[in-house]
Amino acid sequence: MNLQYIGLKEINGPLIFLDNVKGIGFDEMVEIRLENGSVRHGRVVEITGDLAAILVFEGTRDLSLTNTVIKFNGKPMEIGLSKNVLGRVFNGIGSPIDDLGPVYVDEYRDINGEPLNPVSRLYPKNYINTGISSIDGLTTLIRGQKLPIFSGSGLPHNDLAVQIVKQAKLTGKDADKFAVIFAAMGVTNDVANYFRRSFEEAGVLDNVVMFLNLSNDPIIERLLTPRCALTTAEYLAYKHNMHILVVMTDMTAYCEALREFSSSKGEIPGRKGYPGYLYSDLASLFERAGIIKNAKGSVTQIPILTMPNDDITHPIPDLTGYITEGQIVLDRDLHRQGVYPPIGVLPSLSRLMKDGIGAGYTRKDHQPLMNQIFASYAKVMDARSLASVIGEDELSTTDKSYIQFGKYFEKHFISQGMINREIRETLDLGWKLLSIFPREELDRTDDKILDEFYNHEVAVSQFELNDDLIIKELSNEEN
Amino acid sequence: MNEVYSINGPVIKVKNAKNFKIMEKVFVGKQKLLGEVISINDDHTVIQVYESTTGLMRGEKVYNSGEAISAVLGPGLLGNIFDGIQRPLYSIFEANGAYIKPGTNVDCLDMKKTWNIKMKVKTGDYIRFGQIFAVVQETSLIEHRLLVPKNVIGEVIMAKPDGHYSLEDVVVQVKDKNDTIHNLSLYQKWPIKEPRPIAKRLPLTIPLVSGQRVIDTLFPIAKGGSAAVPGGFGTGKTMMQHQFAKWCDADIIVYIGCGERGNEMTQTLDEFTELIDPKSNKPLIERTVLIANTSNMPVAAREASIYTGITIAEYYRDMGYHVALMADSTSRWAEALREISGRLEEMPAEEGFPAYLPSRISQFYERAGYVNTLSDSSGSVSIVGAISPQGADFSEPVTQNTKRFVRAFWALDKELAYARHYAAINWNLSYSEYIGDLSKWYNKNISTDFLESRQRFITILAEENKLMEIVKLIGKDVLPDDQKLVLEIARVIRVGYLQQNAFHKDDTFVPLEKQLRMMKLILYLEKSASNILKEGKAFSLLQKSNIFEKIIKVKYDIPNDNLDMFEEYYKIIDESLSQIR
Ligand SMILES: Nc1ncnc2c1ncn2[C@@H]1O[C@H](COP(=O)(O)OP(=O)(O)OP(=O)(O)O)[C@@H](O)[C@H]1O
Ligand SMILES: [Mg+2]
Repeated sequence: MNLQYIGLKEINGPLIFLDNVKGIGFDEMVEIRLENGSVRHGRVVEITGDLAAILVFEGTRDLSLTNTVIKFNGKPMEIGLSKNVLGRVFNGIGSPIDDLGPVYVDEYRDINGEPLNPVSRLYPKNYINTGISSIDGLTTLIRGQKLPIFSGSGLPHNDLAVQIVKQAKLTGKDADKFAVIFAAMGVTNDVANYFRRSFEEAGVLDNVVMFLNLSNDPIIERLLTPRCALTTAEYLAYKHNMHILVVMTDMTAYCEALREFSSSKGEIPGRKGYPGYLYSDLASLFERAGIIKNAKGSVTQIPILTMPNDDITHPIPDLTGYITEGQIVLDRDLHRQGVYPPIGVLPSLSRLMKDGIGAGYTRKDHQPLMNQIFASYAKVMDARSLASVIGEDELSTTDKSYIQFGKYFEKHFISQGMINREIRETLDLGWKLLSIFPREELDRTDDKILDEFYNHEVAVSQFELNDDLIIKELSNEEN
Repeated sequence: MNEVYSINGPVIKVKNAKNFKIMEKVFVGKQKLLGEVISINDDHTVIQVYESTTGLMRGEKVYNSGEAISAVLGPGLLGNIFDGIQRPLYSIFEANGAYIKPGTNVDCLDMKKTWNIKMKVKTGDYIRFGQIFAVVQETSLIEHRLLVPKNVIGEVIMAKPDGHYSLEDVVVQVKDKNDTIHNLSLYQKWPIKEPRPIAKRLPLTIPLVSGQRVIDTLFPIAKGGSAAVPGGFGTGKTMMQHQFAKWCDADIIVYIGCGERGNEMTQTLDEFTELIDPKSNKPLIERTVLIANTSNMPVAAREASIYTGITIAEYYRDMGYHVALMADSTSRWAEALREISGRLEEMPAEEGFPAYLPSRISQFYERAGYVNTLSDSSGSVSIVGAISPQGADFSEPVTQNTKRFVRAFWALDKELAYARHYAAINWNLSYSEYIGDLSKWYNKNISTDFLESRQRFITILAEENKLMEIVKLIGKDVLPDDQKLVLEIARVIRVGYLQQNAFHKDDTFVPLEKQLRMMKLILYLEKSASNILKEGKAFSLLQKSNIFEKIIKVKYDIPNDNLDMFEEYYKIIDESLSQIR
């Protein structure tokens, strides 16, 4: 049923309106052919009687009421897929842009996907070793999880994403079953190239699919980019049993495109002008992460977003956090102090880790270590704010020990550069740092665990605390 | 014939239709998508569609059903998982595989399965709406009591013998005073937006015990009461609801995942199937009904999920059970209202929410209660609703309006969650208005010490709060020793009592008896320590004795089944303090 219409009734922002149309479906894809032969794509977003509103992804520039031919495709937007997409580069709506010609198509899939039935999901439990202490130790990434990076402009979220991809390569028999899908929305060419180069260096380029909607590409097209990427991910994961890591950046640009679409449609805006359905819309992307029964693959998502003004309560990070299974929050202060990766561990969280760590997965002391680090590091913050009022010298010995711990924790644990750490190293390091404290301060931890892992002497020698006045005071008091 | 005129997401309009009823169930288009009539005027009828409208065309037919959107009530609800419009997800899985496709038509309950029923009425009996006419063991845990449906009152003219029947079999016939014959089968339908009638509301005097210390001790909820759990993302709303669903002393749990994560529902399903209820030794799933309308499922069905859930809850209440309903999250439900309202171009009130938001919220919470049922027994529905305030800001409309209609408010706190103090319930912002009504119960069933100790705890925490203002300015060291002790005891209360580890085998659920003993032990420590200070000994000596840490760890070190061990701890306190003397 390929219906064609000539001419438009109205053009408004990214929307065009067509009158006297019959037999078209809601959400259907259309092709818009201009006089000069170029083709744009659109989607039916509202039908009122004979009037259809169509969203044009590439924008309405150069369109007039008379110079277009509209063809209705009779179905929602689809993308052609096969294993040959691996190693290829596409634009934001899934057309190849790497001069390697069209992709062989094994099957077409609707990019909107369908909601996964909760009873067909498998609860994710296998952890992915990223080699980064603050992630593996404190916000463990699980295969099939959606774990975003909340960043700010100028923070090294791209480096972190690349480091995760490089270091998270599966080893052993699953290694060739690993692929990365990279979806860029509104990022610069430099950023896209940086990712490309890094994948190349990591030797994974043949197992990468890139979907690029760069900052100078049509804005509304961004609404399709993550959907193309996730459809590809699902295809590879569930049809070819691959483990797919989807990196999507920058979700803020995606949300802005959605806002633009919504306002041009005249919808009642919600907070900060974003449409009321931003939550549902983001959920329709993020919920596509997971593992399903009867398939061996998995889809893990690392969406990256830049928080406007570093404000975590802004609707974009806020709604994202309500959907994703935790978040990794980058901290500008740590970044200023030269800490890399500057992960603010307190607001960061991985909700799926509890079932993927501990004996049999990582190590039995993982959970208690993590609880204690969070509790102790939270007190570091209290001690610091007190110090900022009364001065560090006036602090009690205990508070001083927290200041001390905070310093060493950030310097040795959080800050690790591009080094790849084994989980065992991360956990041991954590205990060494906690052992800076007198044992009584570790009030979250079982005695049994402390007997095995607490060792003040090692901490003293490792961090050369002997010369340190504070610790001397402390150990004197202990005797 | 009625035809689709306009389509805007889940909202469609039909022009010039006269024969629709408001709230009527309709089927839309070739795929027979499920929808509900939400407004009618002389020009057009507005329908919200519970499934994806992708591909729907103008001119497709809209079919009446003549009835309101209803829940199907009968045996087979327990242990099952449904979407927001009560379609069983297992059946959808069998029909469509991994994904949920629009237009999937499956029975809400298994119509083929037979149930072994025992009749409670015989020919010649006079029966009426709400009475029990037969019973069936629905799961090994729960006896399902079949209730006479609405508008039926009269004489039993036929009653089948005990035996195996399927849901649609007519097992009783009733003749009313107009000689109309009513057929009673094993199921009935009930419009989800209409509260089920009761005989009488009763005062709320019994707590819904959850085994969560901060709730049971500080901010309890009554059976038949309602509570709200607001909190930013990751503060522990879902965990709190799971803990309640697992451990609270209700007979039946209705758990609604409303616009939340798919994985969480999978986890609930897995866990509840595995977890054995300590009281009955049966898997928890046998007393649980799950409703999962996750965030990526159609938004109109999300709106319905809350009503489907509460209707099922009321149905079991009417059998004489205590039902606890968890709704995670009511904010997603409110947002569904907002989204539909926006598509209808209604005039928005606060933050884009429709003006009728407060009345919808109140209607929902009004359906909680402790009642005398129409079958002369008593039962209750308690509601625990999670709220996901935007930006974790409690001044937003959903939190504010919910606060007006619930009497327990458990405010989750980002700072506590960041420090991994769970349950992250902020004791300064939270409250329970039930405590007065429940005091008699605590005094009689636990001990008069319970509420006294509770009061002392609250006083200490309030004192700590005041002292912290000073400490924030000048540090702890300058405080006099007795105030240092207050801070230390407050820490013991916070870390050793209020904080509770949901992943620890003993700490995950703590009986009231142990809660009382823990409180008394902590207060004994307070008293003994303060005596030491009065004797002129320095606070630093107390601290060095390590006794505070020992008491903090009592929650882990004394197993729930060996409460006698508390006696040892009194000795430990005495001993370690005597060494200071
Ligand atoms: N009682 C608890 N014991 C231990 N850990 C907890 C507890 N409560 C919460 N947590 C931790 O906090 C995490 C987040 O909790 P939860 O998923 O309940 O948050 P939420 O408030 O429902 O968030 P959202 O609004 O995003 O759904 C959990 O994954 C768990 O790690
Ligand atoms: Mg939650």
